[in-house]
Amino acid sequence: MEQIEFDYPAKRKVSRRAHVGVVGSGGLEVLLEPGEGERSRVFIRTSVHGFRDTWKAVLDRFFSKYDGVVRIQINDAGGTPGSVMLRLEQAVEESEQ
Amino acid sequence: MIPSRDRTNFLNRQSFLELDARGRAASLFDEGTSRELVGPFDRIESPWLAIQDVTPQEDDGCVVMKGKIAGKASVVVALEGAFQGGSMGEVSGEKMTAALDLACADSEKGVPTSAVILLETGGVRLQEANLGLASVAEIMASILTLRKHAPVICVSAGTVGCFGGMAFAAGLSSYIVLTREARLGLNGPEVIEQESGIDEWDSGDRALVFAINGGEQRYAMGLADALVEDDTPQIVNAVRRFIAKGLPPIHRSSQVELYRRRIGALDTSRQWDPSELRRAWGTNGSKEDNR
Repeated sequence: MEQIEFDYPAKRKVSRRAHVGVVGSGGLEVLLEPGEGERSRVFIRTSVHGFRDTWKAVLDRFFSKYDGVVRIQINDAGGTPGSVMLRLEQAVEESEQ
Repeated sequence: MIPSRDRTNFLNRQSFLELDARGRAASLFDEGTSRELVGPFDRIESPWLAIQDVTPQEDDGCVVMKGKIAGKASVVVALEGAFQGGSMGEVSGEKMTAALDLACADSEKGVPTSAVILLETGGVRLQEANLGLASVAEIMASILTLRKHAPVICVSAGTVGCFGGMAFAAGLSSYIVLTREARLGLNGPEVIEQESGIDEWDSGDRALVFAINGGEQRYAMGLADALVEDDTPQIVNAVRRFIAKGLPPIHRSSQVELYRRRIGALDTSRQWDPSELRRAWGTNGSKEDNR
């Protein structure tokens, strides 16, 4: 298991938390909670080693459109970049409902 | 009687199998009455998985919800089959035990509280070995205490099914609800093949596995109380019906003499056919014994 952390500048307040997904083979769970200050922090635990650059690319793209101040925990069991992005977008959708 | 497959509803049904544990648990409650206890944001995860290089899940694959079903106080405990095969670890086991014990405490205080356990599990989580085994023992003890006051309803919809130590939990419950996609058994087919060889049981032969462990066969043998389609309203109705019914006159697992007699009468010198077992143990026979 590899642990990876990132943080991104952010400004918009988020009021609701959201939980989506299951840590099943090829899947992941995302916990999105309101954060503090002007940074968003992302904590990743993944069963697949050596994909830090891929994670960074996915999250760079996600935070190029999303500006909420959040704390995101990702528990990953081998999700593809596509499914990671879908789960992130689903978490945002739920938190903004 | 085995209900025939409902083909008219096939396209319009709301699949229960496609829901995750949280979705399954939530679907059972009367609208607007449920709340989750010890959810993922409480971050009570297994302390043993990360040190063995396994990614944990924040709810440890066990979802507990409290609310009302058919107007009656109920607790639902759902195992997530997709996370570590729905296996019982220290945390998931303790969550289930505590939920059952709280239901029991409420029942003793005059609010009979039924429990619905949604079992999609291969049994004890091997990474947590003895702690998982201890959990299964505690769950069994808690079911036995609760079922004096209020029914414990086991639903196994599939596709993991219910095997290993948690099959005891299913066996002790007041009612068992299965679908044709469910499988129920003590030792799973893969375990039997691994221990006794492919001649004993070819676990890759799905027709054979379902002819023996499958929901339809288990129901036809009188080892389950309802066989329903993979349709959420059908499963909800079955659960509501059993909660409304209350405790059975006698629990299946209390009929020790009946099952001793049946097992004693089995001639194990020859291979039995699943359909013969249906005739020998069948639902009708069980109903007579239940009077």
